[in-house]
Amino acid sequence: MRFKPLSSYENNVQTKVGLSFLSERVVFRGKDLHFELKDYDWFKFFLFGITGKEFTRQELEVLGFIWLSTSYPDARIWCNRIAALAGSARTTITLGLSASMAVTEAELYGVKPTKCAIDFLIRANKQVKKGISIDRLVDNELSSRGMIYGYGRPLVREDERIPHVIKYANERGFGKGEHLKLALEIEQCLISLKNVGMNIAAVYAGLAADMGFDANEFHRFCTLLVFGGMPPCFIEQEEKPPGSFLPIRCSSIIYQGPNKRRW
Amino acid sequence: MANKTPANYYSKIWLEEPEEDNPFLSKRQYCYGYDIAEEVLEKASWVEYLYLLFGGEKPSAEQALLLDKLAIVLANPGIRDASVRAAMNAGVGGSTSASSLMSAIAVGSGQFGGAREIHTLVTQWEKFGTNLKQWQAFLLNPNQHQDNIDLWQKYEHPPGFDPYATKHSSFVMSALKKLVSVTPGNALIWLLANYQSLEESCKAGMTLNSVVAAAFYDLNFNAQNSELLFLILRLPGAAAHAMEQQQMGWKKFPFYNDAFTLIDDPGKQGELMDYKDL
Repeated sequence: MRFKPLSSYENNVQTKVGLSFLSERVVFRGKDLHFELKDYDWFKFFLFGITGKEFTRQELEVLGFIWLSTSYPDARIWCNRIAALAGSARTTITLGLSASMAVTEAELYGVKPTKCAIDFLIRANKQVKKGISIDRLVDNELSSRGMIYGYGRPLVREDERIPHVIKYANERGFGKGEHLKLALEIEQCLISLKNVGMNIAAVYAGLAADMGFDANEFHRFCTLLVFGGMPPCFIEQEEKPPGSFLPIRCSSIIYQGPNKRRW
Repeated sequence: MANKTPANYYSKIWLEEPEEDNPFLSKRQYCYGYDIAEEVLEKASWVEYLYLLFGGEKPSAEQALLLDKLAIVLANPGIRDASVRAAMNAGVGGSTSASSLMSAIAVGSGQFGGAREIHTLVTQWEKFGTNLKQWQAFLLNPNQHQDNIDLWQKYEHPPGFDPYATKHSSFVMSALKKLVSVTPGNALIWLLANYQSLEESCKAGMTLNSVVAAAFYDLNFNAQNSELLFLILRLPGAAAHAMEQQQMGWKKFPFYNDAFTLIDDPGKQGELMDYKDL
């Protein structure tokens, strides 16, 4: 855990991600932004930014559908409700959406389960290649961690996204990748063992792993995973009377604490 | 369309009694049973109310004094701290006030000098207490119990210790000694007695976060309470410095023109066109 002295970093940043030469040109990951990257659409550009890699048209379509298929403009969903509250409370859209985005790094949904699902599938695939059976794999994971990310879903059992995403991926040649295939086999095992099906995180993770994403790269990709659903939630409430989004009457707080007392 | 039955929220902290003529106006508000307007506002200090909110009971006089002193230690991490610098970057450009605090919270939330480091340290206090050998083993291998992947990366330094220094700063020692003089617990006292052994074993200098985590533990706060309070209590300095830079103006704020070296420059790929000719 030894690093170079701080003085060696003082006023000294060696960068390979890029730099702007103002009034002249801008370099973005070794390419001239305005000459060499001008024909990238934003999504391809974003992926180049987070991975440094180029993706094929089919890969971009599948990755884009991952974002789209889980961007629900439903203000009941916790992160979206923040966007709606922000609109209703009349703050700015950027503040509201930044907060909503930050909240997607959650334990119960969003980024953590998705990141953990790809980590599991990559580890699992390596073990299967070494000859371990799916039953044994599932058993080991359940006994060491108590759960398997990507399987089971809070609130409801069926995941409406799965058939759409698998069909979309199939049509673009991504339905038979080894990680996605393993994800589906693990689901069969878990259904027979515990009657637990997969959730969309396992599908997204399987597809991304088949495209070469590791867990950290997939975490970066997932920063905007559900973002698309948030702006509509903000905008709708901004257009309604201020403070009118799900107001709470005093009696709707069910108090369960200590009795009234004197300080 | 008629409204459906209102949804309920459940709380051990908060009670509001409505006005008779408007269910959305509160006549009285209570925190853990204490009437805010009649009791807390009149009799409690800010840190006593803070302790109540996080702990559920009002603090003893000794606990209130330690929290008050800890709040002073944390109130301004200073310009060199990454969280304050983040807020200054918001301030200098005239960004929204909330964005300056959000920047301070985000940048100050991390494992290197930030709130996650406090969470980690208080968790270890709960596990090790004052067992020196366990602390030393942890500092040498802070990721030993972290085999599961997480949103957070693995530690690259001994939490609560500075990998760029072999001993603590005088400021950290002064803060530790002052907090030791008012603490009702024994974590801070143990830290003062054992910091040298810890520094020697991990070959790094004790940081303020070691002191702060011990103080939170002495206040009986758990890891999550401590992480959140740390985030809250460091905001005043971030706000003040953000405002200062906004008022001072961008010309006095470093842009680091010459500090950056591009190591994979493709060079000029074409001439900048004159848009008047297009």
